Amino acid sequence: MKKRTLGLIVYFILLMLPIYWMLNMSLRTNADILSVFSLYPRHFTFENYMKIFTDASWYSGYINSIIYVSLNTVISLATALPAAYAFSRYRFIGDGQMFFWLLTNRMAPAAVFLLPFFQLYSTVGLIDTHIAVALAHCLFNVPLAVWILEGFMSGVPKEIDETAYIDGYSFPRFFTTIFIPLIRSGVGVTAFFCFMFSWVELLFARTLTTTSAKPIAAIMTRTVSASGLDWGLLSAAGILTIVPGALVIWFVRNHMAKGFAMGRV
Amino acid sequence: MDKWEDNRAWFLVLPVFIIVAFSAIIPLMTVVNYSLQDIFGPGQRVFVGVEWFKEVLSDKRLHEALVRQFIFSGLVLLIEMPLGIIIALMMPKKGWGASLSLVMLALPLLIPWNVIGTIWMIFTRPDIGLFGAGINALGIAFDHTASPSDAWVTLMLMEVWHWTPLVALLAYAGLRAIPEAYFQAARIDGASAWAIFKYIQLPKMRGVLTIALLLRFMDSFLIYAEPFVLTGGGPGNTTTFLSIYLVKVAVGQFDLGPAAAFSIIYFLIILLLSWLFYQVLQNVGKGEA
Repeated sequence: MKKRTLGLIVYFILLMLPIYWMLNMSLRTNADILSVFSLYPRHFTFENYMKIFTDASWYSGYINSIIYVSLNTVISLATALPAAYAFSRYRFIGDGQMFFWLLTNRMAPAAVFLLPFFQLYSTVGLIDTHIAVALAHCLFNVPLAVWILEGFMSGVPKEIDETAYIDGYSFPRFFTTIFIPLIRSGVGVTAFFCFMFSWVELLFARTLTTTSAKPIAAIMTRTVSASGLDWGLLSAAGILTIVPGALVIWFVRNHMAKGFAMGRV
Repeated sequence: MDKWEDNRAWFLVLPVFIIVAFSAIIPLMTVVNYSLQDIFGPGQRVFVGVEWFKEVLSDKRLHEALVRQFIFSGLVLLIEMPLGIIIALMMPKKGWGASLSLVMLALPLLIPWNVIGTIWMIFTRPDIGLFGAGINALGIAFDHTASPSDAWVTLMLMEVWHWTPLVALLAYAGLRAIPEAYFQAARIDGASAWAIFKYIQLPKMRGVLTIALLLRFMDSFLIYAEPFVLTGGGPGNTTTFLSIYLVKVAVGQFDLGPAAAFSIIYFLIILLLSWLFYQVLQNVGKGEA
């Protein structure tokens, strides 16, 4: 038991080192970072954070990202839940092919696909809107959500569905009041993954936006200038990109940890 | 478990199909179109058939990039899958320890990919980076900008640091979904920890591990931003993976036709391998259950 905890602690220390380094740099000025090696910020400064919080071109990036990522997570979960149920419970024409086809949408190398993507979204007049990025990110998040949820749903015995239908539950009522609570951990993990993949995706988000929906990841590339990178500012922005997602996982952690409560049915 | 046969289930799948097909089908057809034409400008296109495919398939540098890509993705899977499962098994089942572990696991996943490359760039610098300075202090000469093997080690470390948490999170959620009754039964039978792992936990995690493996395979095979920022494909061409080479062809030579043909071949390789993985994982251990 002791050995296991020790191993875990060592792993987490290693995992946190690069993030600590980013935190360390975010509290120092760029000149300080480049001139001396220091394990901790000797001349503590919040300058980098202040710049992000007071400059609209910086903080609007966070707002834009949060809007389209939330939209995407809601759309992905809402469409993937019923679909995953269909895949886990029913046999229908083309089910296997459909299931695998969904995943193939994660497999295309983005570079060449960006141009037709831009053309498609200009044709429907959605360029530089949050919904455009949310929809484009559905391309890889919806398949992922279906796959993860299907796995969790298949772990629930079908007898539960049968009993509920015999007891007179309609499908929507059974699905929302009995079934979804049963796979809470799966829904929590899925929500987190949708949030995460949409949050860190840069190429589609950058291609489909110009100003009013520009994501934070694209704005961060601005810190590259003629004089090199502003490491302090970049690190502060990096630390701040972690915060929303960390909050999401904090909220879903109980759903992940509680798992499968068979006794409830 | 036998499934119900009912084609009306399509209605449940329809929203997903529409939303994915909207973004998937037209761009894919456009790229197929590019790959068969020589494009001189708007309105000036010549149909060239499979000419671009022939050109791309005989490209020596593409072959080298492909080999590198296979080695990279193979190493990624061999390291990250077992490590992720071990971490998930070590994590506490409940309480503040579980919450803290989950949040810490999520942190590397939440940093935009281009920033990950940038942070590692300074993290590994010998003069002002913690890792670079630390390893030099141990007396090991280390420079990922000059030595190919150092560049590979750095990339692998970054990749394992960045993505093992994904495997661990999925495996952990899979473990928590196993009903307690299984463990009680195993305890009564006096099963060893290894037996519990082999006969209960591993088979029950098959679903989530399939997803983890496919995700890690696909994403590592498509990796672009992190190595591009960290090593720029160098030193020389030693870390030029397929995506980096693809962008070189598409942007550097500004040649849409060959780049599109390249993309389609790339896509088909991933498709084929994912399908094989999927088939194998679907059928493995079926007899035992």
